[in-house]
Amino acid sequence: MAEKKQTVPFSGTKEQEEKLMQVIAEHRDDPGATMPLLQKAQEIYGYLPREVLKKISDETMIPLEKLYGVATFYSQFSLNPKGKYRISVCLGTACYVKGSGDIYNALTEKLNISGGECTPDGKFSLDACRCVGACGLAPVMLVNDEVYGRLTVDDVDDILAKYE
Amino acid sequence: MANINLKINGLDVSAPEGSTVLEAARHAGIKIPTLCYLKEINEIGACRMCVVEVKGARNLVAACVYPITEGMEVFTNTPKLIESRKRTLQLLLSNHEKKCLSCVRSEKCELQELCTEYGVEDENYFAGEQQHFEPDTSAPHMVRDNNKCILCRRCVAVCEKVQGVAVIGPNNRGFATSIGCAFESDLVDTSCVNCGQCIAACPVGALYEKDNTDDVLAAINDGEKHVVVQTAPAVRAALGEEFGYPMGTDVEGKMAAALRRIGFDKVFDTNFGADLTIMEEANEFIERVQNGGVLPMITSCSPGWVKYCEHYYPDQLSHLSSCKSPQQMFGAVTKTYYAEKMGIDPKNIVCVSVMPCTAKKFEINRADQDAAGMPDVDISITTRELARLIRKCGIDFNILPDEGFDDPLGESSGAGVIFGATGGVMEAALRTAVEKLTGEELQKPDFTEVRGTDGIKEATYTVGGKEVKVAVASGLNNARVIMDKIRAGEADYHFVEIMCCEGGCVNGGGQPLVHADVRNFTDVKALRAKALYNNDTAKTIRKSHENPSIKKLYEEYLGEPGSEKAHNLLHTSYVERTIN
Repeated sequence: MAEKKQTVPFSGTKEQEEKLMQVIAEHRDDPGATMPLLQKAQEIYGYLPREVLKKISDETMIPLEKLYGVATFYSQFSLNPKGKYRISVCLGTACYVKGSGDIYNALTEKLNISGGECTPDGKFSLDACRCVGACGLAPVMLVNDEVYGRLTVDDVDDILAKYE
Repeated sequence: MANINLKINGLDVSAPEGSTVLEAARHAGIKIPTLCYLKEINEIGACRMCVVEVKGARNLVAACVYPITEGMEVFTNTPKLIESRKRTLQLLLSNHEKKCLSCVRSEKCELQELCTEYGVEDENYFAGEQQHFEPDTSAPHMVRDNNKCILCRRCVAVCEKVQGVAVIGPNNRGFATSIGCAFESDLVDTSCVNCGQCIAACPVGALYEKDNTDDVLAAINDGEKHVVVQTAPAVRAALGEEFGYPMGTDVEGKMAAALRRIGFDKVFDTNFGADLTIMEEANEFIERVQNGGVLPMITSCSPGWVKYCEHYYPDQLSHLSSCKSPQQMFGAVTKTYYAEKMGIDPKNIVCVSVMPCTAKKFEINRADQDAAGMPDVDISITTRELARLIRKCGIDFNILPDEGFDDPLGESSGAGVIFGATGGVMEAALRTAVEKLTGEELQKPDFTEVRGTDGIKEATYTVGGKEVKVAVASGLNNARVIMDKIRAGEADYHFVEIMCCEGGCVNGGGQPLVHADVRNFTDVKALRAKALYNNDTAKTIRKSHENPSIKKLYEEYLGEPGSEKAHNLLHTSYVERTIN
């Protein structure tokens, strides 16, 4: 598998690092620290950048791979920041049979990112979600809180253009 | 501990309290198939091969983790179980690259063996989507091919629980799960120490050493090249397993005969390099003791250990002996002393090593390992590759006569041969250091306190009225215990031996693969080590400094141990690395 490159450069602040160090200090000798550390780090940074996982690993001696393994196992963790515009495409059953998979694929191509990633300019992030409760409008996607329904692949460009 | 009585397949069985169903069955001579299970290392009940029926239990239970209870009734081989195991195998095959004919593990593959045993005729029963991976060939010593991985996590468990390195682990979730490094980086960019224990743990062909046998044959078939081979002590104690000999058979004579028939110009022995290492290391130790040098001094023969120290204890590198490993010392002497003696341009010498180790493939390309201005050793192959090479050359190993090594770099002492077992380097060094310090001959050159397969051993000897405290550790998790003490200033040892792999080189990552069924219930390390200690006792010369060829090497070429020339050729330096 190709090495995961961070699509958005890391831009942590001094305050964030201080908070992180405080959290690490609280959990230093706690054998079950991995989950709380990751959760709190994500609260501080909004996501889990490589630099932050490395910092946690260096300070706690929890191997970096263990942190990465846990971070990629649970969907609550994100290795990439969310964009200014968060796109969620519903891949639930109703939307999927109505072709939302094609819409999702079209978005990955047009934005040149994979699911869970963010465009380098920080503008768009893309996620797949399950049922937003609007099956009557299937296939459905959301941009932040805006719902777009009865979509076809041809609609994607127009929707993105609204946010350019 | 109290015994528990239960019935397995209708037979009365009694086993110690706390045993699992698997252990109790084993106790009674009943085999339950396993795949993900590695005793004391990976006991996670994940693969579902060891399922058994327990009377009263709702579902099938995993025997490897299910504890026995009084009066329990267990069935290990019902039609329902056979069907279940067959389905499990078919599910594993549905996402497994089935290129068995050309697979390096074919005929030694635990998955293949189980499929045969359970009569899995239709390997495509659950055919569907398959994951595809680009094999990771970045590391100098091995390939990780996730297309063949069955996610048993044996490699992950060994990397973390035995070696404490944990550079590989399960990433992502569900069908997308794969074993990899943090951020899917290449293995070469991590703090992997190249020990190869993951290869030894893998039940299938997902992990394997980089094969250099064709490079060896190319060198042999190049008329310009003078190709010499050296074999590490531990190789002779395990190579026989590849050809049907019982574990712990010393096949030194047949091995030398095979190497000669493969076509090497000279068949030499790393044991000579080991004796030379002792000359330099014992001298360095005495100098450090007498001149207030950094103590404890720690051995540097094991390239996995050296790299581990560089990554995890870069602040403690001054403890490492500056001596090159026996492999590298041998190469250095081959391309200088031997080349001059024979009148051969060292450029035309190809030095091949056969090692129980995958990290040696990394070591040959380290910096400051080039006594003649070129790499000391050119090609390093594992014991497994030697077996492959022997077969490739059409040699019938079992009918070979016993032959000896060539002179002058083939002569060695008993001290050299025990290098392959944990505690061996310490004992060999003590045999020389004690005589040098006291000026008296050791009547009985046995230091049995540092023998045995314990992960950490300590002993104190009185040498010339002075106390010498030594420690021996094998397996990096054990090394970590010693190193933390040293770092904290709590260790009063003078001399420490550390080997990367548990039990030392006999259990190295390049040794013949041992089926989990054998590994789980046999002391592989002790059996192979015994072959080396027997080899030692059978020798008339048992101390490195009494090896006539070593004496001659110093007389004719190096001068004294620790001389300027010896330093230039036989010593090296280390680099600080980070943890990744």
